[in-house]
Amino acid sequence: MTDLGIAIEPVKTSSRGALRMFLRNKPAVVGLVVFTLIVLVTLFGPGLYGVSAKKMVAPPFLGPGDDLGPLLGTDYLGRDILAGILTGGRTTLFVAAVTALMTMTFGLVVGSLAGYFGRWIDTLLMRFTEIFQVMPSLLFALVLIFLLGPGTRNETLAIGLTLWPGAARLTRAEFLRLREMEFVKAARAIGSGDLRIMFRTILPNAMPPLLAWTTLIVVIAVLFHAGLAFLGLVDVNTVSWGSMMGKNRGYTITAWWTVGFPGIAIVTTGLSLALIGDGLQDAFNPKLRGR
Amino acid sequence: MTALARGIGIRLGLAVGLLLAVVVVVFFLIQMAPGDAALYLGAEQGVGDAEYLAKLRSQYGLDRPLLVQLGAYIGNVAQLDLGESTYFNQPVLGLILDRLFATVLLAGTALLFAVVVGVALGVFTARRPESPASHGVTVMSLLGFATPVFWSALMVIVVFAAKWGILPVGGIEDVRYHGNWFGETLDLLEHLVLPAASLGIIYLAIYSRLARASMLEVLESDYIRTARAKGAHERVVVYKHALRNAVIPVVTAAGLQVGNLLSGALLVEFVFAWPGIGRLAVSSIFRRDSPTLLGIMIFSAAMVIVANLLTDLVYRLIDPRIRVGGSR
Repeated sequence: MTDLGIAIEPVKTSSRGALRMFLRNKPAVVGLVVFTLIVLVTLFGPGLYGVSAKKMVAPPFLGPGDDLGPLLGTDYLGRDILAGILTGGRTTLFVAAVTALMTMTFGLVVGSLAGYFGRWIDTLLMRFTEIFQVMPSLLFALVLIFLLGPGTRNETLAIGLTLWPGAARLTRAEFLRLREMEFVKAARAIGSGDLRIMFRTILPNAMPPLLAWTTLIVVIAVLFHAGLAFLGLVDVNTVSWGSMMGKNRGYTITAWWTVGFPGIAIVTTGLSLALIGDGLQDAFNPKLRGR
Repeated sequence: MTALARGIGIRLGLAVGLLLAVVVVVFFLIQMAPGDAALYLGAEQGVGDAEYLAKLRSQYGLDRPLLVQLGAYIGNVAQLDLGESTYFNQPVLGLILDRLFATVLLAGTALLFAVVVGVALGVFTARRPESPASHGVTVMSLLGFATPVFWSALMVIVVFAAKWGILPVGGIEDVRYHGNWFGETLDLLEHLVLPAASLGIIYLAIYSRLARASMLEVLESDYIRTARAKGAHERVVVYKHALRNAVIPVVTAAGLQVGNLLSGALLVEFVFAWPGIGRLAVSSIFRRDSPTLLGIMIFSAAMVIVANLLTDLVYRLIDPRIRVGGSR
């Protein structure tokens, strides 16, 4: 997946020591391996498995391991749970990746402008950010989808619009810290323009915490999309982990596997990403290790 | 004290401004939505001709300039009028207040549980950072972060309510206890356990790690070394000197995460059929009841703003280092 590439490369380029540190961190490596596997499975799994996630292939409510049915059982309409997880993962991960990209871009623009220029620009942008912070994020996303209508594009937009303030604040803090550093002053002294200083001088040095934040944003976006789909507010024709849980919700008590397995898929994905994020944080900031 | 009063005054002013901004955002969101109230009313009455719609628009003031409408909207909100629900035909504020207790009870219990147990776990494990229990806190906090709250809520129902049958599956009360206050209270608590635990565990996971990190940091600081050097008992050092400062980040985080807490409560209320504000919000979407949904939005933002103000106040009270009325 694309966000994985983003997560790794700057580590290599900016500091080899950090990469070595990351690779020595066993939980983080496990997280990386598991997440890579999940991405591969959702990319190639549906084709290899060859069962449609939308077709009724067996009697409903077959339990996992039932001789007659598929490996992870069937849902209330007799659809294959495993096929759903493989196909649904694509939707969930795609939305999460796009959302994370959007969140980070928007946060980066607002945060870097506020942090770099300071003064009234900072005050104005931070007050603006606060407006979005006091609206409970899920509720705000619900309102946006209610007004814009469901559909993958609107869902991504709604989640992105609610998650950016954190990224903006983090970027701002980093820019505030870095703009007073000697190397930034040096860049200014040799006559670099503001844009060049912001994106060529400061930004690369602000990347480590932003990368760790990005992995966490992906997790939050996965959970967010799952929540919206669970409530039945996304496009009903798209299979995702959250929508599987939402549709089978009423049968959880009699057929736990219909909701249990998609949830396990989310927890595994989230946990692997959180381990990667933790590893990144430790690698770049060894002082905080184990905390 | 005057500086403190001024600091609080500025905070209050900013809070009011923030709420005003939220109201403006909500107003423009309504404008962005396709169609307007006249179309909606027309559709409800089965009338669609342009003349009738124009009459409706002038009747409800929808033909006035946008800024005039905005002014009227802000005026209404300032008078605590959040509009009327198109489904219940009742004032939205009343609908919210009817459900406020349930939501506050759920979210408050979850938060209290998370902060108290989280701080206890964090402080306990900070004294031995390399112990299995300490690593357990790390793993648990990552799990808590990665788990969808509605999923753990459903799984908890499967185990505790369905399989073992020791707690109710959902709802807030059982009719058989009506009229018996003792039974009603017990019944309410019994219904509260699973929802509050499902919501609280997520935050417990986060706060225990935060408390441990902040405790570890405090235990390394100079004043703790001084306290130890003067021969203070280890228990006094940890629980009197260190704890006080270690709690600050947890309290701050808890206060600033009230918005997230309400988001989580929304999902938990939905799963447990808990009659709170969150469930009303979700139902309003399916009923296309936009005044109620947007009213809840404004109300929740106000709750978050008040919570932030209170956090700020508590912060000033427990942290002697903070500069009064100073920068953040």
